Amino acid sequence: MIDWIVSNPLVFTILKIVAIIVPLMLAVAYLTYAERKVIGYIQVRIGPNRVGPWGLLQPIADGLKLALKEVIFPAKSNLYLFLVAPVLAIGPALAAWAVMPFDATMTLANIDAGLLYILAITSMGVYGIVIAGWASNSRYAFLGALRSAAQVVSYEIAMGFALVGVLVAAGSLNLGQIVLGQQGGFWHWYWLPLLPLFVVYFISGVAETNRAPFDVSEGESEIVAGFHVEYSGMAFAVFFLAEYADMILISMLASVMFMGGWLSPFQGIPGLESLFSWVPGIVWLLLKTSFFLFLYLWFRATFPRYRYDQIMRLGWKVFIPVTLVWLIVVATAQVMDIGPWFSEPASHDSVALIEGND
Amino acid sequence: MEHIIFYCLAAILLFAATMVVTVRNPVRATLFLILAFFSSAGVWLLLEAEFLALTLVLVYVGAVMVLFLFVVMMLDIDLAPLQEGFTKYLPLGMFVAALITIEMIAVLGANHFGLDVVPSPSPHPADYSNTREIGLLLYTVYVYPFEIASVILTVAIVAAITLTLRQKNSKSQDISQQVKVRREDRVRIVKMQSSPTKTKEQEAQL
Repeated sequence: MIDWIVSNPLVFTILKIVAIIVPLMLAVAYLTYAERKVIGYIQVRIGPNRVGPWGLLQPIADGLKLALKEVIFPAKSNLYLFLVAPVLAIGPALAAWAVMPFDATMTLANIDAGLLYILAITSMGVYGIVIAGWASNSRYAFLGALRSAAQVVSYEIAMGFALVGVLVAAGSLNLGQIVLGQQGGFWHWYWLPLLPLFVVYFISGVAETNRAPFDVSEGESEIVAGFHVEYSGMAFAVFFLAEYADMILISMLASVMFMGGWLSPFQGIPGLESLFSWVPGIVWLLLKTSFFLFLYLWFRATFPRYRYDQIMRLGWKVFIPVTLVWLIVVATAQVMDIGPWFSEPASHDSVALIEGND
Repeated sequence: MEHIIFYCLAAILLFAATMVVTVRNPVRATLFLILAFFSSAGVWLLLEAEFLALTLVLVYVGAVMVLFLFVVMMLDIDLAPLQEGFTKYLPLGMFVAALITIEMIAVLGANHFGLDVVPSPSPHPADYSNTREIGLLLYTVYVYPFEIASVILTVAIVAAITLTLRQKNSKSQDISQQVKVRREDRVRIVKMQSSPTKTKEQEAQL
């Protein structure tokens, strides 16, 4: 049976996809629980505590309730696009996981241009929001869609530049190679040499996923619920799933590209390294991801919503210049072998290749 | 397998491209254009041009078409006047279309791109990186065309931004001024007695 599965690539791939999607969906469910608990405690409340012990079954109850609710189609809406929009939102949010390196060998598709693939696929997520806003035939939804479109396109540029910095530092577009380029423990991870890019990346990630304090596309206090105001039941749940899957994706990408991915933080420390060598790499990756997810929730509980012109200013006038300057710094350090991080000849094979061609 | 994928993608591409010009609703036309871009990116992937394919999705689908959609969604186009001259311009349009088709066949036909002239490239090994090859060529052999193209694009950006800067009386926020604001500038605390002493008239009313 097992031999047949492994020898049949299609079945094996589908099984691998299931092995990613199912834990992801569970993580989404319990991320909503964590969000309510964390924000509850930050605001000196308890949070959900009625369904199951410590309220642990609350996400299941919520999911059931959403599944049983009627999906209402607004009159005069564009029904076809109205139904396609949630699919377009969740499709990219799941497809991006294909290239995620969970461990040295655990990747669904270990493709060469993984970083580009992630950028390209996540940039498509905005269509779900834009089409939902337009197809709903509602002023509030439309305003939310327009805000979201402008915001996502603006922050994509800063995000892309931050990733170019990672690419320059690692000398590869492959996510596994990027992780391997950070070998050597906590102080060798890219968060330190690429600190400005790291900060820009994560904040842009929050903006890309339309989370607080950049959630103007929902803006409960201004435009009711923004782009998904007309959605109910499972159609709404799909948007919700997409948003949270995107949050987990951005957090995991941040840990892969700046926090050493599956590498142990104790690498290179004499006693601790061997003490923790039994821990599988994916555990470190998940711990790092949880940290970034906690940051998401912390942001939401701490910061008030940005004003729209401030969002645009931050993206265009602060983040893009910062990334441009730091790109030059990283590139210079990489070419001139400057500093403790870029002294190893990591990307010199490309230079050798040119010379070899002559 | 590869052929099946190619024909599927090509069929979707042709269908989407036809719909772009025939569908009446401009938003739908834009969405079909996005589908066309996406399926041509798939065709490029089959050609082992993964860098170009992903860049097509990233730049055109992810950014340019979002802005397109942004503009088109806000337009309120009355379609009837747009179709008035349809029959009048039909012969001219057909002529131009035929001309373009003939030109394309002449240039891209079997004479220049047939298998005997350009043999089909041998598939590359697994460690071949299309991205690296393009980068190496772009920054060595073709560095001057590349730089000139980027300068032209920069000039175009500056020109476009200057065009929008013409109206001087637009509202804008000065962030440094906003940050400098202190509480005293905005809020004035007025001290009042909590229970004002009653006047004679009020007492008389009571």
